[in-house]
Amino acid sequence: MSEVKNIKNLKEFSTSADRFEGANLLCPGCAHSIIVREVLNATNDDLILAASTGCLEVCTAVYPYTSWDASWIHIGFENSSTAVAGAETMYKALKKKGRLKQPDRNPKFISFAGDGASYDIGFQWISGCMERGHNMMHIVLDNEVYANTGGQRSSSTPIGSSATTAPAGKISYGEKRNKKDMMAIMAAHGIPYAAQVSPNKWKDMVKKIQHGMAVEGPVFINAVSPCTTEWKFDPKDTMNIADLATDSLVFPLYEIIDGRELNITYRPKNIVPVEEYLAAQGRFKHLFKDEYKYLIKEWQDRVDEKWAYLQRREEARI
Amino acid sequence: MAFDKMELREVEVWDGNYAAAHAMRQAQIDVVAAYPITPSTPIVESYAQFLADGYIEGEFVMVESEHAAMSGCIGAAAAGGRVATATSSQGLALMSETLYQASGMRLPIVLNLVNRALASPLNVNGDHSDMYMIRDSGWIQFDAFCPQESYDLNLIAFKVAEDHDIRLPAIVNQDGFMTSHTAQGVHTLSDDVAYGFVGEYKPMNDMLDFEHPVTHGVQTEEDWHFEHKARQHNDLMTKVMPKIKEVFADFEKLTGRKYNPVEKYDMDDADVCVVCMGSSVETAREVATEMRAKGVKAGVVGLRVVRPLPFFEIAEALKGVKAIAALDRSSPNGAAGMLFNEIAGALFNTDTKALLSGYVYGLGGRDLTKAHLVALYNELQANADAGKVTTQLQQFIGVRGPKLAFL
Repeated sequence: MSEVKNIKNLKEFSTSADRFEGANLLCPGCAHSIIVREVLNATNDDLILAASTGCLEVCTAVYPYTSWDASWIHIGFENSSTAVAGAETMYKALKKKGRLKQPDRNPKFISFAGDGASYDIGFQWISGCMERGHNMMHIVLDNEVYANTGGQRSSSTPIGSSATTAPAGKISYGEKRNKKDMMAIMAAHGIPYAAQVSPNKWKDMVKKIQHGMAVEGPVFINAVSPCTTEWKFDPKDTMNIADLATDSLVFPLYEIIDGRELNITYRPKNIVPVEEYLAAQGRFKHLFKDEYKYLIKEWQDRVDEKWAYLQRREEARI
Repeated sequence: MAFDKMELREVEVWDGNYAAAHAMRQAQIDVVAAYPITPSTPIVESYAQFLADGYIEGEFVMVESEHAAMSGCIGAAAAGGRVATATSSQGLALMSETLYQASGMRLPIVLNLVNRALASPLNVNGDHSDMYMIRDSGWIQFDAFCPQESYDLNLIAFKVAEDHDIRLPAIVNQDGFMTSHTAQGVHTLSDDVAYGFVGEYKPMNDMLDFEHPVTHGVQTEEDWHFEHKARQHNDLMTKVMPKIKEVFADFEKLTGRKYNPVEKYDMDDADVCVVCMGSSVETAREVATEMRAKGVKAGVVGLRVVRPLPFFEIAEALKGVKAIAALDRSSPNGAAGMLFNEIAGALFNTDTKALLSGYVYGLGGRDLTKAHLVALYNELQANADAGKVTTQLQQFIGVRGPKLAFL
């Protein structure tokens, strides 16, 4: 069982970070660092961490410095999940053989990766880890774009978003495809726990991380990570954008237990129109031209449909 | 120990794969992460069976690709324990990205590389294309000529790689099918003696030491990258060969079996010789003996350690030779072969006046016959007599159709 950390308020929570230092090179307002701190602050357990190549990796372990005060490894773009799975396997082997230096410790194994490193290039590796049942957690820092390399589209990039390899132009509204549904795919592995989280709903996040750490087996967490640079908003607005994402239900917060039981964990009191979410970000600016306004309606319809689907799933307990 | 020891006969009839698997078992590896590929598959199958029968206490992870196999090995090695895997050909190509990462992170993983051709065309048989592809990846590379050596070199590889002064991953090469699937008598060590030789794994900078967290696999740009690469190269060039010789000597003391970075056969007064790797070394030795009976002073140089390249030992072995053939079992695709180039490099600043010619042979598992080698030795003798290379510098052995020769 994971040690459940007693957290009273946000101030105490936000100042208790000691395993991920504020000294890093991430952009001002980057949600990655907020999410990482929230995850690490959710537990007092020992942690073995991995990161895929991406913003988090290149900004936190630039030799001769490191922002990590927990064991951390980076191998490549695609394989942070498998790196942690390897470490977890070694832990099991050494435990069995009685060769652990601190045999009474009960570490948690976590890999972080962006959407490119999870939805695309690292997809196979994550699927392999989930299928094999490693006792680990894979967390996607989902900023819906290849931010580290300057804003190319990934299979998480939503329709109508302008990305450098799917730019809006005179005859194009940008990305043409809908965002890949990673939660559904990961849950289909039958893993004990999958959840979507958002940094603005930190209590919900802590609960889910703690739940994920308590279960035996692979856990998948998809965290929305608003990107000031590629989503094009003011660095002070990160949490406002996250609020809009969860309150418009563009990024609904829910969990799937054992690949079946779906629970919605946050129901906005006032559901915000999708238009407001889109309008707050430069990457969707062109959608407000007359010829593309139909896309905003399509966006709203799709979000409504998904919300209805999630509620039906929750109600039906299937 | 919780696992069962295995009673082995003094000599067992093993193929190269089974010999490697037994060495891995006796080393009591903590984690194997692997993905099957012909002709290396029986190594991990045997390992899984040993595990299923209670002869090993470690963990075996059957991953979803070779890239994941090495990724898992890297994570496991960084966590702090003994790690090994096996692969061939396309599998090695897929894991090649991670090979550089393993050596750059100084993780002592042992990889059994059962050499096989690279597609296209697809071919499952043995040649050295895969070995050549990753030769500069920073791994120590041994070359086994027969199943006995596959067994011995595996035990040796762990001991060299895991030394705290070295901390570099190591590959044990053997020829696909020719060695991996050919059973021969293999002299064995008892489980206790073998494990005693390899020794208990001593972790360094291990992620599972929670009192001393470590960061593995950092980012460096132009301000530090060169220093890291240069240091790694320096250690390979200066520390590894003495360590290998030391472990070879320890192994000889234990078993009576003597290994050298460069294996010389009838080289003391040789006029002509072939330099080669893998199973062809044994064939060449047999032909050299027959040539000697015909009055040709023939010798053979087998490369036992491919990386770091034993420059001085190669130069020493070839001192006084008049004509040399470098045999490359890989298509050079636009240049002279790797072995040709490396032998040339090792000899360049020496006093040798030897004539060097390159032969490409055995691609995709094509046999290298004794008749081929007889003809080759005769060509070398003609070169030696003429004092110049009498044929073209690069020739292909046994290809159907018009003769292929270049340079």
